[in-house]
Amino acid sequence: MNDTARKILAPTLFIVAILGFWEWAVWYNDLPDFRMASPSDLIPRYVQFWDLFLVKSWETLWRTVVGLGLAVVVGTLIGMVMGFSQFAREGLYPILVGFNAIPKATVVPIVALMFVGQHDFNTVLIAFMISFFPIAVSVSIGLSTLEPEYRDILRSLGASNFTIFWKIALPKTLPEFFGALKVAVTLAFIGTNLMEIVSPHGRGLGDLFDSGRISADYPLMFAVLFALAALGILLFYVVVFLERIFAGWAERSPG
Amino acid sequence: MQTDPSHYMIELREVTHAYKTKAGPLPVLDNLSIKIPENSFCAVVGPSGCGKSTLTRLVSGLMKPNEGQVWLHNKLVTSPRPTVGMAFQNPVLLEWRTILQNILLPLEIVKSPMSKAEAVERAHHLLDLVGLTGFAEKRPSELSGGMRQRASLCRSIIHKPDVLILDEPFGALDAFTREDLWCTMHDLRAQEPFTCLLITHDLRESVFLADQVVVMSGRPAHAQYVLDVDIPGKRTLDDLYAPKAVEMLATLRHQIQVAQGRTTDEDAPPPPPKPARSQPIPGAMQ
Repeated sequence: MNDTARKILAPTLFIVAILGFWEWAVWYNDLPDFRMASPSDLIPRYVQFWDLFLVKSWETLWRTVVGLGLAVVVGTLIGMVMGFSQFAREGLYPILVGFNAIPKATVVPIVALMFVGQHDFNTVLIAFMISFFPIAVSVSIGLSTLEPEYRDILRSLGASNFTIFWKIALPKTLPEFFGALKVAVTLAFIGTNLMEIVSPHGRGLGDLFDSGRISADYPLMFAVLFALAALGILLFYVVVFLERIFAGWAERSPG
Repeated sequence: MQTDPSHYMIELREVTHAYKTKAGPLPVLDNLSIKIPENSFCAVVGPSGCGKSTLTRLVSGLMKPNEGQVWLHNKLVTSPRPTVGMAFQNPVLLEWRTILQNILLPLEIVKSPMSKAEAVERAHHLLDLVGLTGFAEKRPSELSGGMRQRASLCRSIIHKPDVLILDEPFGALDAFTREDLWCTMHDLRAQEPFTCLLITHDLRESVFLADQVVVMSGRPAHAQYVLDVDIPGKRTLDDLYAPKAVEMLATLRHQIQVAQGRTTDEDAPPPPPKPARSQPIPGAMQ
């Protein structure tokens, strides 16, 4: 079996197997769909609400991506400051850790009150808040652990600090950065949905999930979960794709 | 303070330096003077922790000494300068660049009269010289340790520096690869004019490569002994086993032991020709 075929076939096989087992387990235990929906219950929901799924998925997706983009920019900036200045690192670290420790579900109502009615802004803000931390930490670690020799080969030629950052520190940090971005992608999704569900405002897949909950439509709730998983997989592999372009050198070819 | 220009390519004049530590200043160099004529090769050996790497940072201008002066090509060194090339024990090749791009890196910093095409041609020429023909488009991760060090050597001289500073570049290699690279160094010197300062722990390496070997004392270090390596003509590894070289190695070994404070000149087993300054160094490594 060649590589590409395996990469497509293997996950497909596992997904089919798991769905099959699930379907069987629900049928075998004779569970009603208000206790446990089975995969076959979901298909009618997708058919029935397809347009809604498309609109809501888009709302969730773009707000997640914008929040994540913000996290990349701000996280990288904070990481740079912390990576280059020990003073800033020691000063900011406890604050960042404390901020990260606050459950974002508790921040949602505060943000919703602070910017009343600014639903898109609020959602982006929460997605950003929940996902910038790993990026900041990884960039700062990548920069602060740069071996002095790497700096010296350019510094001994009279290169400026900016040149050293641009030519060496930044590309050398890329593998760590992408590692953090993979974590941040999923976190940003959690942030977006948190806002959509904890502070309902009629947008995103979180809203669809909420409608399912209110109308006791269990299969719809499950269908939303699957849509979320699909979006998560999509974004994750976009990051993997970017990683391969910009940091593919860090991947060792096997053997 | 002396300000007259030096007649040597590299000259250290009574350089004294100390690092600031929590426990107070840690003196590393004490009145260190070294003179290296143009196009000659100087090796510096000494007990570990005696400030050899500090020396490279001073000569390259990455650091300024507390006292004394460092002269490079008749100019007082106050900051890094583009006429210097450096190579370290760690070849520090940039993994995201090809070998060719790595070698061309200094030319992205230093203004050079070479055009891009000339630079690429020169890089290929240097690759041929060090035995890496055909590796220009490979990534560093595809090369062995010895090959990476060869590439690192090419990078250190791509911009035609007049001074090459080598900080134990062969230290992490196995014995056979190391000897190969010594010969490569000789080949490079035959083709490229540069004055070389080599820091090393390997006495055989110092004798094989250098025109003069400076033995540094224990910390704080001064130049304890200077050996002129008088092996005329093209050197081969066999020269290292000639009586003359064996005698030089014995002298250096003895001087290192003095530097380590393990012996004094009085109970010297080999007869050292002319001990410069040597006394047991208080607080030296035991």
